[in-house]
Amino acid sequence: MITIALYITIAMVVLATVLNVYRLIKGPDAPDRVLALDTLYINAIALIVLLGITLGTRLYLESALLIAVMGFVGTVAMAKYLKRGSVID
Amino acid sequence: MNPIAEYAIALLLLVGGFFTLVGAIGLARLPDFYTRLHGPTKATTVGVGAIVLSSVIYFSSKGQGVGVAEVLITVFLFLTAPVSANIMAKAAMHIGVPTTDSTRGNTWDQ
Amino acid sequence: MLDRLSFPQPYLSLILFAVWQFLSDGISGASVVLGLVLAWMIPQLTRGFWPDPPFFARPWKLPPYLLIVLYDILVASVSVARLILSGREPKPILVSYPLELTHPLAISMLASTISLTPGTVSADVSDDRTLLLIHALDAESDDEVINAIRTRYEARLREMFQ
Repeated sequence: MITIALYITIAMVVLATVLNVYRLIKGPDAPDRVLALDTLYINAIALIVLLGITLGTRLYLESALLIAVMGFVGTVAMAKYLKRGSVID
Repeated sequence: MNPIAEYAIALLLLVGGFFTLVGAIGLARLPDFYTRLHGPTKATTVGVGAIVLSSVIYFSSKGQGVGVAEVLITVFLFLTAPVSANIMAKAAMHIGVPTTDSTRGNTWDQ
Repeated sequence: MLDRLSFPQPYLSLILFAVWQFLSDGISGASVVLGLVLAWMIPQLTRGFWPDPPFFARPWKLPPYLLIVLYDILVASVSVARLILSGREPKPILVSYPLELTHPLAISMLASTISLTPGTVSADVSDDRTLLLIHALDAESDDEVINAIRTRYEARLREMFQ
């Protein structure tokens, strides 16, 4: 049963990723694209966790944690760049 | 594996996938940037939280110990989602991203 | 000199120490020592960025508040999901919310709570920290939004901080 639920969930998350990429390409403004990238990294975390369950290993969780940290820093840096024209001020 | 745990894992996975998808549909469908901000900050965060929680139950019911990395991921997502939403909204107001016509009230920029 | 050896941010040090124990997969002598070093060094190195020390008048009110917020997050996601899937156009509104809280930490906690709960995202704080700009996804009037936040979250935060 878990296997079926897992495949359905992976399909839903992949569909979500496709919708995010649509927003990333369409824009229309820079903040929309930053928001799409922000959502994309959160979906990447979901996909990595699902991959870990599929393969029955916990090794990948460390990378999910790293993506969570780095993705947040990336979003803040890009938003700051849009606001000020520089990342560090 | 214990059948209750199995049901719980399957249910959490489906709920998580559903909310992640809803967040993405909101991102694709809603009319302007400020309304789009709502989908990812709430629905996607809860969705990924549910998926990560199902992973915690899965590995602890297999006897591999309670995952602390998962707990950290969840806590971190819930702490950072409002901060990034706030800073993106600030950036959008600074650039002057327009709101939809049906929005009442005005943005500020200082 | 003694100042340089102290823990200027006790809560931050505690959190850093706990997170380091989680990250290092199992508590051992080495992780405790390194955790203590990090809990001391990081607040010392970043002390310039934390002008006011954190202050809780009633810290034991924090866990019930977090539970309320967690419950509201679940309710919020369901209501946002329903709006997104219903296909009708939302009625967004931008609200200027007059703050009664004064402590910066309290304001940032309120802003984070607002962003995670029903249909609202906090967008900005005015420079004098008296107004909070809130974007509500689907609301009838600004009084509705202001009253909901005032009674449900701000009152509880005021008890915690004052």
